[in-house]
Amino acid sequence: MSTSQTTTTEHHPALAHQFDSMAQQQEASTFGMWVFLLTEIMMFGGLFTAYLIYRIKYYDGFVAGSTSISVSWGFANTLVLIASSFTMAMAVWAGEKGIRKAQMGFLIGTMILGAAFLCIKGEEYYTKYDECHIPGRVIGKGFDATGGCSAQDPKLGNIAEEVQQHAKELGKTVPEASALQTARQSEIFFSFYFLMTGLHAFHMLVGMGLLSWLFLRSKRGEFGPAYHTPLELGGLYWHFVDIVWIFLFPLLYLISRHAHAV
Amino acid sequence: MAEQSHPTPKLYAIIFITLSILTCATWAIAFADLGIFNPIVAVTIAVIKAVLVILFFMHVRYSSRLTKITVSAGFFWLMILITLSLSDYLSRTLRVVP
Repeated sequence: MSTSQTTTTEHHPALAHQFDSMAQQQEASTFGMWVFLLTEIMMFGGLFTAYLIYRIKYYDGFVAGSTSISVSWGFANTLVLIASSFTMAMAVWAGEKGIRKAQMGFLIGTMILGAAFLCIKGEEYYTKYDECHIPGRVIGKGFDATGGCSAQDPKLGNIAEEVQQHAKELGKTVPEASALQTARQSEIFFSFYFLMTGLHAFHMLVGMGLLSWLFLRSKRGEFGPAYHTPLELGGLYWHFVDIVWIFLFPLLYLISRHAHAV
Repeated sequence: MAEQSHPTPKLYAIIFITLSILTCATWAIAFADLGIFNPIVAVTIAVIKAVLVILFFMHVRYSSRLTKITVSAGFFWLMILITLSLSDYLSRTLRVVP
């Protein structure tokens, strides 16, 4: 097993002097990375908790907001991110085996899938911008869920009308004042939508930066069976971001979809 | 300890296919009316997917006890956050501002 290397100067160049062995160093690094990821879990956890509380209190507004975002893009993005997690896992595998070309290829593949995710997210954000569904008064013309805002089709983004229309299909009637109130309350949903997906997208950008750095180190041939800890920890980060999305997708996109056949 | 064998590409591919199938399932089930069970099924599938990613892609299944305990502690703490906060909010009346 691990013989003490403090008595000799011969050791792997990546071994920091405070560690006895490469195995001990990797164990400490993995532990440290997980502790960092736990702080991330708590940060997103706070948002998820706040989301749940408001979803329960303003359920109609959340349903109206959720059904106005594109479930197809959300679904496609989930698949893209899962595929990127697979290529990332393969990059780490190639790191353990010391196959340089495969490391670089899988890292590039992960970055392409990550970029595809962000492009789809951008398209979704643009649609919401066009429909004036961005909360607050700062961006665009300000939040307005009563339609007449979109440059492409003024009928788009009229949540108040959609609420009434939907009720009519179910054989019920919703007073206009009540529909307008639901439309206004959907602003709370959009606040959570943009905050949570925005924070997630920011993590994706950080991840892309990490992947570029890992790519350069891979290219220099720094990773092999003896040392691939940065690749492993970069992988942990990327998979964590994937897990956040795995929960964001059903919570944001799939509220009461069955009642609103698209 | 840390030099345990990690999964093979074949296992990674199986996990990837399973995750894709579960994603399709959660999407398809969302359009079926299951009443109160819609969100429950959606979150259950999400939890299964997250566990698969953590155990295999993140190598926790092959990691030391220290890592396993750290990860479990984190999710236990998250459950405390959600359960205690919700039990408080759900057992009080929050004034809904129109």
